[in-house]
Formats: sequence, C-alpha cells, structure tokens
Amino acid sequence: MLTGITFPTDAATPVTGTPVERLEDARLLTGTGCFVDDLTRPDLLHAVVLRSSMAHGRIVAIDASAALELDGVVAVFTAADVASDGAVPLIPIRLAPFPESQAFRQPVIAVDTVRYVGEPVALVVATSRAIAEDALELIELDIDALEAVASTDAALAAEGDGVLFPGTGSNLVLRYTAQMGDADTAFANAPYVRTERFSTQRHSAVPMETRGLLAEWDAEHGHLFLSGAAKVPYFNRRALAEALGLGMDEIDLLEQDVGGGFGVRGEYYPEDFLVCFAARRLGRPVKWIEDRREHFMATNHSREIACELSIACARDGTILALAGRLDADMGAYIRTNGGVVPAKAGQFLPGPYRIRDIHVDVSIVVTNKTPVGTYRGPGRFEANFFRERLIDMAAADLGLDPNVMRAHNLITAADMPWDAGKLVPYEAETSFDTGDYPVTLTRCLEEIGWEKNKHLQGTVIDGLYHGIGVACFVESGGAGPRENARITLETDGTLTVAVGSSSVGQGIETAHAQIAADALGLPLGKVRVLHGSTTLLHEGFGTYHSRAVIMGGSAILDAATNLKEHLVAAAAKRLGLPNTRLVVENGGVGSGDRFISLAELATDGPFSANGTFANTTRTYSYGAHACHVAVNPQTGAVKILDFVAVEDVGRAINPLIVHGQAIGAIVQGLGGVFLDHLVYDSEGQLLNASLADYLLPTATDFPNVRAVTLELHPSPTNPLGAKGAGEGGIVAVAGATANAVAAALAPLGVTITDLPLTPPRLWQLISDARAAAEPEH
Amino acid sequence: MDEIDITLTVNGTAHILSVSPRTTLADALRQGLGLTGTHVGCEHGVCGACTVIVDGAAMRSCLMLAAQAERHAITTVEGLGRPEALGPLQAAFRKHHALQCGFCTPGFLTTLHALLTEEPDADAERIREVVSGNLCRCTGYVAIIEAALEARAAYGHQEAEAC
Repeated sequence: MLTGITFPTDAATPVTGTPVERLEDARLLTGTGCFVDDLTRPDLLHAVVLRSSMAHGRIVAIDASAALELDGVVAVFTAADVASDGAVPLIPIRLAPFPESQAFRQPVIAVDTVRYVGEPVALVVATSRAIAEDALELIELDIDALEAVASTDAALAAEGDGVLFPGTGSNLVLRYTAQMGDADTAFANAPYVRTERFSTQRHSAVPMETRGLLAEWDAEHGHLFLSGAAKVPYFNRRALAEALGLGMDEIDLLEQDVGGGFGVRGEYYPEDFLVCFAARRLGRPVKWIEDRREHFMATNHSREIACELSIACARDGTILALAGRLDADMGAYIRTNGGVVPAKAGQFLPGPYRIRDIHVDVSIVVTNKTPVGTYRGPGRFEANFFRERLIDMAAADLGLDPNVMRAHNLITAADMPWDAGKLVPYEAETSFDTGDYPVTLTRCLEEIGWEKNKHLQGTVIDGLYHGIGVACFVESGGAGPRENARITLETDGTLTVAVGSSSVGQGIETAHAQIAADALGLPLGKVRVLHGSTTLLHEGFGTYHSRAVIMGGSAILDAATNLKEHLVAAAAKRLGLPNTRLVVENGGVGSGDRFISLAELATDGPFSANGTFANTTRTYSYGAHACHVAVNPQTGAVKILDFVAVEDVGRAINPLIVHGQAIGAIVQGLGGVFLDHLVYDSEGQLLNASLADYLLPTATDFPNVRAVTLELHPSPTNPLGAKGAGEGGIVAVAGATANAVAAALAPLGVTITDLPLTPPRLWQLISDARAAAEPEH
Repeated sequence: MDEIDITLTVNGTAHILSVSPRTTLADALRQGLGLTGTHVGCEHGVCGACTVIVDGAAMRSCLMLAAQAERHAITTVEGLGRPEALGPLQAAFRKHHALQCGFCTPGFLTTLHALLTEEPDADAERIREVVSGNLCRCTGYVAIIEAALEARAAYGHQEAEAC
C-alpha cells in the first residue's frame, strides 16, 4: 500500500499572487501557437467580402456574371441567396438591449440598402484568396446614392432619404434620462456652477490580428464547426443556430490563439454568419481572413461621444451635483453591444466621487458610419475625460488645488458600500463594493511628485510648456450571470481545467492554472487550461467586462471543491479511512501519517467535477492616474515625461500579468489621446483605413509609463477577492493627460475640451489663443 | 498563372518551392512551408508582424515576393528556438512579460535578433528606434525593451565598467 510519508508527493508552494512566467508563452514565442489563419483543411475554399463603397444608398443591381466566369471562383452569394433560406437574419443584441434598438439591427448582408462604407454586399468564394480578390473587382455593383449623415447633428436634422431606417421616422434611436437625488434643486441653490462641452473622437481597438474564421460543415452528421471564435463563443453559437436554423447541439465554436481582443474581436459579426452559410451551402470548408483595410471599416468602432456637462459646487470645492447630456454616434446599426457604450458613459459620469444629485440625458443616434461596439473601458474612458477636465476647470475657478478638491470629494472607506444608484436603465441598482479611494490618489500624487512639481504648471523650460494632470476613476468588472468550469484529475496525475472564459491573449491560461494548482495543491506544471470552445462545457459566458478571473476563476474554485469530494471518497477506499477524516492538501489526500498522493490516486481515475460561480454583483476597482507633459508651442507636439497609474485591483492572481495589462492599457489610452482617430468626411467616407494613415503608438512614442498595483481592498463579491484588472489602466488616461496639457497651456489661454490632442489641433488652439490675446489693431 | 520554382534556405534547411509569381514571401513561408510563426498583420509593410531575417537583415515578408528570396537564407521565428529550448531573446521576453497575445511577437523577435546580432551593445534608445517599426497593441512596449536589453548579453554585449 502506497501510504505514509516516504511516498514522494507533488506538494507545491502556492502560486496564486506570485509573478510566475506565463504558460502560453513558450508556444507563442517560437511560432508554434495556432491562430485561425494557421489552420488549413483539404479542399479549403477562401472567402472575401464585397463591401459597399458608398455610405448610404439603394442597391440597384449586383452583376457577378464576370466574376463567376473566372477560373477558380466557386460562388458569389448576395442577400438574394441568403433570403432563399428565409428572411435575411439580423445581428442580435447581446448587451444593453434597449427595446428601441431592435429596429436598428443589422442584416448579415445588405438587403436593398447600404448604410455605411464597408457594409457586406456579397461574399465571393474561390479556391484561393487571391482569385477571390481578383473576382471582387469583376463584380458590377450599382448603388443609387441616398443622403449620407456623417455626424449626430446631421443625423438628427435629417429628413426623408437621410433617415437610415424610414420605418422609424428618425435617426434618434432613443433618449433616456438617468438620475439620482435632485440635481435641479442642487443646481438652483449652488453658489458655483460651470457648464462645458466636450467630445471624444471615433477610434477603436485595432488588435494586431485581424478577425478570421474557418467554417466546416459535416454533412454526414449535420454539424457545423466554426474556428476563430473569441470573447463570447457560447452566445455566438446561439445566434448562429437561430440564424442557420440549426440546433444548439449542431454547432460548435472553436477557439484558437487569439491576437488581441480589447472588446472588438469575437462579437457576432455579419461574416460569422456568411462564412458558415457558404460552408454549408457549398459543402466545403471556407476560410475568411479580414484584411487590414476592411478591418478598419468592418470591425466595431467606438468612443465617439459628445457631452455637455455641468458641475455645481460649494465654494470649498464640495461637488454638489452633476448634470450631463451625452450624444453618442453609434454608426449605422445597433450591433451586439446595444447601447452599452453610451449607457456606461452615463453611469460613470459621476465616477469615484461623493455626488448625490445627478442628472444624465443620453441620446443614442445612428449615422452612416461603421457601427459602434465596446473598446476597453467602454464609456468610462470618455466619461472620465469629460468629468476630470471639468473638475480641473472648476478648481481653477474656485482657486483650489484640483487634487485637494478631488481628495475632498472622493468616496472613502467609511462610505462603503457606496450606493451608486440606478443610472443604467436596463440594470439593477448597484453599489461600489469596497475601497478607500483617496488612498490611491495620495499614492499617485506621491509617485508623480505633485507637491514637489506643481510649481511647474504652465512654466516654460527650454521652450516647452510643462503641465501635470491627474484623474481619478472607478471601474466595474465581473459581469454575471455565471461561469462554468470542470476540473479533471487525469490518470497521469495532471489536471485538465476546462472553463467557459475565453482567452483574448491576456494570459488567463496562466492565471486560471494558478488558481487550480493552488486549489488542489499541485505544481503549476501539472495543470493545463482549456478555454473558450463550446465543445468543452454545456454553457459558458466568455470574456468581457474584466470577468475572466472573477467569474471563471471562481468557477474553477467551485469545481476544485467538488473534485476534492470525489478525491476524498476515492482516497478513503484506498486508505481504509472514513471520508470525514481526510483532507486534500500537499498534493495528496490524507490524515496524519496516512497519505496518498494525487499522482497515485489518479491511477484509479480519471476524476472529474463541475463547478459554477453565479453572481450578478459587480466588482469596482479604483485608482488614479497622473501625467507630466511638456508641450512644444511651435509644433503642438506633446512629450510625456512621466505617466503613472495606480489601481487597487483587490487581489492580483499574477502581478506580472496585472502589471502588463496596466502598462499596455496606458499606452493604448495615450494613443486614444494623441493618435488614434477614424476620420470621416461629410459624405460618410472613411479617410484613413490603413495602418499607414491611422496612427497607433509605437515604441518611441510613450516610453515613460509606470503602473502601481495595489491589493488593499479585496472584493467581497467573489471568493478570490479579485476585481477587474484589464481596463482600469485605460479609463483615466485621457482625463489625466488632457489635464496635464491644459495645465501646461493655461498661461496661453488655451482650453482643452476635445480629443484627440494631435499636434495640428494643439498648434491651432495655441495660435487662436495667442491671436485672441493680442489687442486689436 | 504559371508557377515558378524557387530555391531558398529557411532556418538552415534548403527548400524548393513552386509558387505563383505574385506569392509573397510571407505566404510562401506560411502556406508553402507550413511555417505559420510568421504572422501577417497588415499586408502593407507597416505593422512588422511578418518580419523575417533575410541574409542577416530584418525584412517585411509581406512586401517581398517569394521569387525575390531565390538563393537567399531566411530565418523565421521558428529558427530562433524551440518551446523546450527557448533562444535568449525568447527567454527574456518570457521573463519580462514582453508578450501578451503573441501575434506581433515573432516580428519583434526577428527584428531584435537581427539588431543584436549586428549591434550587441545597442542601448535602450537604439532598441526603441529600431522596433518603432513594429506595432504591438498589448504590451505598451516597455517590457519588450527590458527584455531586449537583458538578451544583449547572449549576443556579446559587455556591461560597461562602472566609473
């Protein structure tokens, strides 16, 4: 009998909370990972999408006869082909399902009308991608132009042909009011009120890997496989099953390595349907890989919101009330993310401050541009910029140190849990869970050297204007309703973890393995994590809203608890001891000196257990960002001398990964402040659909960024104590940076209210301010 | 379109490939040789994900025709190490968390390998300048620079004597 302390065990020191190197790295570093375009199949066909080059118009004719004659072209599908199976399916709304949005959903392929440049009109399938692209040029597409509306102002003013969905009568999808307390009275009685208009520009995530799909129809078994899944495979399976008239058990979505998500990748897009439709219709595997140009016009855009914001304060800087109006440009259709971007901007307008009287009006408007979805910190990035700019303006008016004013108004530990009200119409009331918000501000001010450096505000050193800006934030994570996992102790003594979370490259294979390893007392090297694919579990919810560790990790803990019961029962038989005396620890099961290692016990296996974590209570991480800039008044160029983000994430499962998330998010955010901008002309033409024209941060742009991760106040909402850690790094970047630029240029009379802060724009603001300051001749 | 035969050496092994004249080197490596570690992120030479080393120089394999690689020696990310035996840059990337999704990573590794082979003493500023032609959306570049600085030792970099 293999008992007693002489048997070697797998006992391992705990790894949760330690910066272990990532398990996924070895394959990704050696070119042995597998991204969707790395897949190939015998008899594989390649699809490309014919897209509208017009922002708004009626399709008069599509003539594909010449394309079909090209050697190697197998099929050209249009809405007429899709309609032969029934009505052309619409993209369903997954989040923020305002009922009014339903009339604005997108057909999976344009039917009669095109509403943005890039809208799919036809799918060409050929024996090679090159031939399919050749064929694209042979299709004659005749579109009669309709009035295009390329801004919310134009959209709201439009009548007749300028209304995107004539049946709705208006381009205004809906307008709603969210409020707490009595903002009207607070404003009426306030000693100080200021109102400003702000805007954030349309930009998006632009992951390095474009989207891609490979659909395979198994005619013999009536089963569809779709590779290239990400983010929410189980939801997309349901959507596809409904659209294709298949049962849920007749479709599986398979996840490969995923080259970045940041919100935009993995949603259910038109191509998800079209590629599956083609594979089933043709009975051959069909692959579609988005090219970079079409990525810019086909994959969700984000961030385009205009805001009018009013703040009411006491003379000591106490914020009495906040009132705002948000106008969100949603592009041509309401896709899967529904109204979540503007709704979250509305919810997070008051941010981490003790504000009781709030009034927010939100307008959701369609325009003839690419549809909008979520991009890392959706709505939060925008709202933070609006509010934090206004706080700096108010502090200046009141003659206060803006950061003293922030500290004076931040929610403290004594205020917790903070009733954050019901500022989102489709959600229940919520409350901020735990935290001591001023602590992160204090730390952030120490890091940036505020007391030592604040005399630099607006000073000129070597011709450059210096400024320091700060912004505070609160950020939600851990969306419900639940997540599932299964852990199996294989007969070779290793653990296989299957989880409903998805990887978008953020490192959950490692973080989840750490959680599982510690739960069973095994070394990390014995754990393998499988995720994302619908073949693994009956149900999963995926990765968004910083939920993979909170929800998936907690489901793994539950599965581990259940697995331990099985292991104890099995060990009891082997050891001849009652279950009640046995515990799983040190890589085995035992009691006193009677012990059996999991490796040995596994030979009786495999043992498997499921776990679920159900929770609809959100976590709220929080923190502060600070930025020190030097602005060249001759060119409008801004140099980031220092940027630091401080965030309390509750509990960091892997500090290395959390730190990497924060740094990456900061730099992405700085791109959103200075570079990223999807530019449209007044006809709805996208002007910069290439990486040569759409600027992203490079290695030389923002070298001076730092992040501090704190674990001060774990969340009580989940057994790990974790809060989201992937998005806080971006939320306050625009607020802090714009405040820094504004502080630098204050002596020139420049006011910063709109993003992006490109050199030409800043140069113009500086020139205008100087001209205005000169006495008239 | 008639195919042409090309001869090239990839990661030390000679290959003869039949390709269409318009086939890029990236597609030939990925589809012709199954070396899918070379990634294509933009197809117009901006993102750098497809960077391979041609006779010692970092080149965009999406901007180069396979036919142009005739009789040249190519090194791809697969030639820089194996999962169980990472090369020095790869090990440093892993240690410093210089990758997240890993899609751009092969291009950074090949670019840096070419740089450090030629300039093992490249400083942080030089490294930043050279990899500024490669885009990464995950890491913010900070850890990539740290990893490259550490990996220099394996390429012959000598730490300067402290004054």
